[in-house]
Amino acid sequence: MPQISQLAETFASQIFWLLLTFGFVFFVVGKMMLPKVLSTVDARDQSVASDLAAAEAARAAADQAEENWRVQENAAREAAQKRVAEARAKGAAKSETTLAAGNAKNDAKLAEAEARIAEATKAAMGEIEAVAAEAATDIVARISGAKVSAAEAKTAVKAALNG
Amino acid sequence: MAAESGKIDPMHQFQIQEIGDPLFSIAGHPIALTNSAVWMLAAAVALWAFMLLGMKRQVIPTRGQMLVENFTGFITKLVDDNIGHGGRKYVPYIFSLFMFILFANLLGLLPLGLVGLHPFTFTSHFTVTGVLAIMSFAIVLIVGFWKHGIKFFSLFIPHGTPLPMVLVIFPIELVSFLFRPFSLGLRLFVAMIAGHILLKVLAGFVINAANASPLWGGVVGVPSFVLMIGVSALEVLVAGIQAYVFALLTSLYIHDAEHLH
Repeated sequence: MPQISQLAETFASQIFWLLLTFGFVFFVVGKMMLPKVLSTVDARDQSVASDLAAAEAARAAADQAEENWRVQENAAREAAQKRVAEARAKGAAKSETTLAAGNAKNDAKLAEAEARIAEATKAAMGEIEAVAAEAATDIVARISGAKVSAAEAKTAVKAALNG
Repeated sequence: MAAESGKIDPMHQFQIQEIGDPLFSIAGHPIALTNSAVWMLAAAVALWAFMLLGMKRQVIPTRGQMLVENFTGFITKLVDDNIGHGGRKYVPYIFSLFMFILFANLLGLLPLGLVGLHPFTFTSHFTVTGVLAIMSFAIVLIVGFWKHGIKFFSLFIPHGTPLPMVLVIFPIELVSFLFRPFSLGLRLFVAMIAGHILLKVLAGFVINAANASPLWGGVVGVPSFVLMIGVSALEVLVAGIQAYVFALLTSLYIHDAEHLH
């Protein structure tokens, strides 16, 4: 076993080279390079954590904004509905008054027209009576030769017309 | 040499060979560049190059960055789980330990023999694993006595032990504590050496059987080769597991030193 048979002549150089190389590894790799790697990892973990926190905060803010928007929208919708109802009521009332006014006007016009018609009818009736009486006197005179007075003819026509 | 005698020596791979003359000497011990040292340097440089992938420091990681961050995340999680509060200051040490052992184990498994290089797994030497274990154990002792002083010895008395039992349990716990560096160092060394010997023995079967006759090559060589493929996959697994176990046990021991129980 060379480990034992060569021990006496090689242990010093083995220890020397080991301390040299391990010393290099410890001071250069362990003390200088390793902390840089670890700090990089830590920095990354930190930035990931902070990014996650920021994302979480942004999400909460977005949720809040959405909630606010919803409240606002609900209020706006309510207001709009109220306004629509108001406008509808106002419109209905207005049209009702307009309608009523129009009705009254129409009624008045109608009544006036009816009165005029009745008057015209009356006048026409009177004229018809006069014409009929005249015709009746003429007819009687021509057929019988009897003279009928205008007043008699008028009463006879009136009686005939009014049944 | 093993190859000259026609036999394949499975232990030859653990031989330490000097490359060139000794560079200098420390306390009478000549220090030369060895194959072991070359692989240590290779592991360190490979690890450094690997970590460069993680130096882009982008928020959206590249593939290499992801890979490096997986390893660092794995070790930080291990430390957080096992040391808990106050464990973060040990992350550089545990990470260096884990990655260095992992790279050493994996580099030693590379089939570089195909291109004429001789892979050498320096974690299969208890000199190396022992030093690493002693380092970990020294940290435990220093931190333990620094933080808790003499109270650190209460680590050896489990909670709620009746007084008469303390006299028995204290030495047992103390011995088990003192065995920690040995078990820590030997576990890695044994796992590495066993796997590599097994692979070399099987490889020897393949070569010797194929050289003997086509029949033996078919009867012994082919199944051995198939087995080698499986064992190689297992060795890759062991390479990772042993590095993990070393890091895990070190962090568990440091947990004891930090929090006593």
